[in-house]
Amino acid sequence: MYSQGLIGADNRTEETPEFLARFQKRIDAEEKIEPKDEMPEGYRRTLVRQIGQHAHSEIVGMLPEGNWITRAPSLRRKAALLAKVQDEGGHGLYLYSAAETLGVSREEMTEELLSGKAKYSSIFNYPTLSWADMGTIGWLVDGAAIMNQIPLCRCSFGPYARAMIRVCKEESFHQRQGYEIVMTLAQGTPEQKAMAQDSLNRWWWPSLMMFGPHDADSQHSDQSMAWKIKRFTNDELRQKFIDATVPQAEYLGLTIPDPDLKWNEDKGGYDHGPIDWDEFWRVVKGHGPMAKDRIKARKKAWDDGAWVREAALAHAEKRRARKIAAE
Amino acid sequence: MTATTPLWEVFIRPRNGLAHKHVGSLHASDEVMALQAARDVYTRRGEGNSIWVVPSAAITASDPDQTAENFEPTADKIYRHPTFYEIPDEVGHM
Repeated sequence: MYSQGLIGADNRTEETPEFLARFQKRIDAEEKIEPKDEMPEGYRRTLVRQIGQHAHSEIVGMLPEGNWITRAPSLRRKAALLAKVQDEGGHGLYLYSAAETLGVSREEMTEELLSGKAKYSSIFNYPTLSWADMGTIGWLVDGAAIMNQIPLCRCSFGPYARAMIRVCKEESFHQRQGYEIVMTLAQGTPEQKAMAQDSLNRWWWPSLMMFGPHDADSQHSDQSMAWKIKRFTNDELRQKFIDATVPQAEYLGLTIPDPDLKWNEDKGGYDHGPIDWDEFWRVVKGHGPMAKDRIKARKKAWDDGAWVREAALAHAEKRRARKIAAE
Repeated sequence: MTATTPLWEVFIRPRNGLAHKHVGSLHASDEVMALQAARDVYTRRGEGNSIWVVPSAAITASDPDQTAENFEPTADKIYRHPTFYEIPDEVGHM
């Protein structure tokens, strides 16, 4: 579903100026970097962290929606939601594989998520209180993710770019099914419309925060741009998202919960009100309403699945031994 | 248990007549599980009709540090390409 402006990267690097210049020349020529190519340590570390955060976000992102699968209002909605949550799981797996090409193991990444050391998108630390949230998440959260992820298809690191191409193809279904849910509610009874509005009110600001801090406060952005890991700044992507989303809300007859939101003719885009960055940092640091539950749920899934992993490996070992004995 | 689950590379044939193409990788305890996981992870939308899974450890790759010596000599053997040879227009397409 989802990638956030990278949280807390460390892109210091200690190679010689000649090495860095040679690497930059390849980047500037739009050459893709593949796992076994030489690369600055800072480039490798930034990618491991970013792809890891992205993968964790996909996996944790299954939880808020999984919450509503058994209560979907119709079989059609249930089948679509199941398929969407399965996609998120798949996206997590493509991304973990991309990160693993850089020499970090799946076990290490899982451990970092479960211990709380690794970050994931702050948006998933908010609760899904009503069915309308399934629509709003698809529309806004997946919509914001698409804005972020389309430029990542051209990321300079080959495996990440390839994974993102697959992910982007699948995201479009997520956003459209979400918008259809919100549209059905917005065109329904007054109570249903109020449900859709309440949901938009709760998810709008967290969705804008998904793009990460303002450019002026995003200290690692410049290096990521130079290395072409990132193609647009946080604020540029946020602006694109707002400009695309406001007319969609107008069509539904819903109100964006920002009294300062207005069209700016000169820049050809919308101006928006101030974002509550204190809330953002609180949630990123694990004080979101659902942060503890999310990690608890992942830990339970990991622990409860331990016997399955052990049995599968034991079974593979037994078959291998039998095959050798038969030869 | 601290044993790690092996890594597999996944290849899919989009349809008959085309070659299997590398699509990604996954972890699985054995080839049976790897095939099942590959089906779930890489073919949710009609991406193909045949899957190969290969243990990643079984792949031998060329060394990126030797890319130049391995592949650059082809660039100066231009006589290997058809456009190196001049054929008069009157002869027609060849």
